[in-house]
This record gives sequence, structure tokens and C-alpha cells, in this order.
Amino acid sequence: MRWIGDNLDVIGGHLVSHLLLAVPPIVASFLLALPVGWLAGRVRWLRAPLLSAAGLLYAIPSLPLFVVLPLVIGTGVRDATNIIVALTLYGLALMVPATADALRSVDPRVVDAADALGYGGVRRFLTVELPVAGPTLLAGLRVVAVSTISLVTVGAVLGVPSLGMLFTDGFQRNIMPSILAGIVLTIALALVVDALLVALGRLVLPWTRPAAAAVVAPTQAEVAP
Amino acid sequence: MNYLLDAFAWIADPAHQAGPNGIWARLGEHLGYSVVGVLLACLVAVPAGLWVGHTGRGRGLAVGLASAARALPTLGLVTLLGLLLGIGLVGPMIAFVALALPSILAGTYAGVEAADRVAVDGARAAGMTEWQVLTRVELPLGMPLLIGGIRSAFLQVVATATLAAYVGAGGLGRFLFLGLRTQDYPQMLAASLLVVGLALVADIAFGLLQRFATPAGLRTTR
Repeated sequence: MRWIGDNLDVIGGHLVSHLLLAVPPIVASFLLALPVGWLAGRVRWLRAPLLSAAGLLYAIPSLPLFVVLPLVIGTGVRDATNIIVALTLYGLALMVPATADALRSVDPRVVDAADALGYGGVRRFLTVELPVAGPTLLAGLRVVAVSTISLVTVGAVLGVPSLGMLFTDGFQRNIMPSILAGIVLTIALALVVDALLVALGRLVLPWTRPAAAAVVAPTQAEVAP
Repeated sequence: MNYLLDAFAWIADPAHQAGPNGIWARLGEHLGYSVVGVLLACLVAVPAGLWVGHTGRGRGLAVGLASAARALPTLGLVTLLGLLLGIGLVGPMIAFVALALPSILAGTYAGVEAADRVAVDGARAAGMTEWQVLTRVELPLGMPLLIGGIRSAFLQVVATATLAAYVGAGGLGRFLFLGLRTQDYPQMLAASLLVVGLALVADIAFGLLQRFATPAGLRTTR
């Protein structure tokens, strides 16, 4: 415990680096998966190749992917960009199938109703299909967020700073509290981000809130008689 | 692209292939860790998953375990066990088993649960004992999902075994970390390509196995 107290500044720095590595892939994979998932759901001949590619990509272990990426995108081996790009790819591997499923599960009658009201393609997508698919998309995004935050630590073995540095430093210098602090903080960070996503979901998808339903029901009952 | 050619040249070099530190030996180690780790995890997770799926008890715990495992940083577990148990295979092997458990447990109980309730009730009505219901109806119907769980567990261990070389275990990760220390990018790349190849071959093989394990009656509905 004393080690943690003496090294709060180091730990804080790693926490910030960790977030800077984890947040861009989470956001990017969500945004990029929308058009790709939409295509996978709509264009029949693209569906199978896109979904198999996502499955195969997800099978590739993270450390080897971090090492192979510089070859493709021209970065250095210890470049943080590799981590961000690799984790975005993993995020896409999870989010593309989730987005395709979520958009396909939108009731076709709802889509027809929007068409009948004269909604254009873009407006219908943004104001009807996307909100209806919202809860399923959020469930996928939560999985992406938690696994991304955990995977960021692997970059530490290549020298990319994150909470994973607490594992490599702790192991090299035989400091058990460092490793334990790293594990606890990584899990805590994942839980906090997950809770934030749930809160964000309640804010932008208010109809999924169970409490709201309970409030609505009695008012309708009051109106009825 | 030169690096890629260098990496392939590194793999093709006979001097790198033979001997106890050669590619074949390390590939064998890597595969061995993965097979042993997953088999040990199966010994615990399959019976536990069958029990959870059949009785419905402990389901919350199994679901919680699976999502907690996603948040647990594997490198943290590997270095923690490495420091506790010293250089050697015991620490990494415990990590492999621990990381393989949740997927196999989840795949097994999900498979048993996914068995059509009508088929299960039909089996009971036909006079099957609970054991027969489990082994002759629920287990065959849930087999694709069970193998799916083993598939994710295997890939998880292949990935973790690469990291375990950092704390002194063998396997293909050895080349990667040796290359990192000696600033030998072609060697790191060669090791990475070998691990990627191993993972993809394993994934495809398990995919085929899942297809074969799907009972004939379910295949037409897919």
C-alpha cells in the first residue's frame, strides 16, 4: 500500500495514457460500424464476407497484431497508433455483426410507416432505425468498451505507456503492489466506463428505462376512466 | 514490404527451424500449452456448465464470471502469477486454465439451455431419466455452442501463451520478445505471423468441427 501512495503521480499518468489509448478505438469502432453494419444488413452478397472477416479478425491475438500493423500502416513498432488501430479493428469485429443484427431486427412495419410519412433515407435511418436499434447497439458497445480497456494493457510489453506498465514494471522490479494496483485499476476503469455508457444510454434512449414505463402506466390508467 | 520478405526468410531459414529453440519446437510448445490448458479447463467447466444449464442454478454466477473475465487484463494475471510462482510453466498454466474457464462454462450452459424445451419435455414424457435427458437430448443439441465455447477458450489461450513468454514460458512468444530485446523486427514479425497463422488455422478447424457437430435435424433450419 505504501508503494501505491508513493507512486500516485506515476499511476495517475498511466491512467491518463490508458484512457487516451482506449477512448479513440471505442468511439471509432462504434461510428465506423454503423455504415459497415448497415451495408452488411442490406447488401446480401456483402453480408457473408463481412461477417466472416469480422470473425477471423477477432481470432487474431492482440500482441501479434500490434507487431504486424506497422508493416501495413508504416508506423514504428512502439508507436501508440498501432494500439489504437488494432483495437479499432477488434472493436469493428464485434460491432459490425452487432450493428447488422440490430438494424435488421428493426420491425419492417416501423420502417414502412416512416416511408409512408415521407421520410427520406437518411432521416429515416437517423430518426427511426438508429433509435429503435439503440439498445442492441449499446449492448455491443459495452462489450467493446470493456474488452478494449483490458486489451490496452498488452501494449505495455512493447513499451507503449498505459496501466499495463504497472504489470511490466512490477514484474521486472519485483513489486507486487504495482501489479495488483494495475489489475484493480484496469477493472475499475472498465466498470466506470461501462456505467457511463449505461447512463448515456438512459439519457439518449429514455424509453428503455424501466422506471419510465412504471411512471407512464399509472398516468394512462388515470386517463382511461 | 522488405520486412515481410525478411520475416519469411527468417521462418524459412533451416537454422531457425530445428533444435530445442527452433520454430517447430516452439510451435509444438505453443500448441501443447493451448491444448493442455483448454483440456484442464474443460474438466471443470464442462460438468459445471452442464449442471448450470440443466438445473438453471448458479446461472447468475456463471454469467457474472464470463463478463468479469472480459474486464480482467490477461497480462496482469500472467505477470501476477509469474511473480508469485517464479519462472516456469506453473504460473502461466494456471493463467491459461483460468482464462479458458469462463468461455467453456458459458458455451456449455448456453448450449444446454438453447436445447428446444419441447424436445426436452418430450424426452421426459417418453420416460427418460434426467441423466438421459441431459446426455441424449440437451448435450447433442447444445454441442455446437459447447464447441463454440471451447473455440473461444482455445484462441484466448493461444493469445495468452504469446504473452506468457514475457514471464519465461516457451512457445512462439519467445521469438517475439527476443526480437524486441535485440531490435530485430523481422524476427518479431516472423513470430507474430506464426502466431496469427496458428490462431487462424485453429479458428477455421473449430468452425468446421462446429458444423460437423450440429445434429442433422438442426442443420436444415440454419
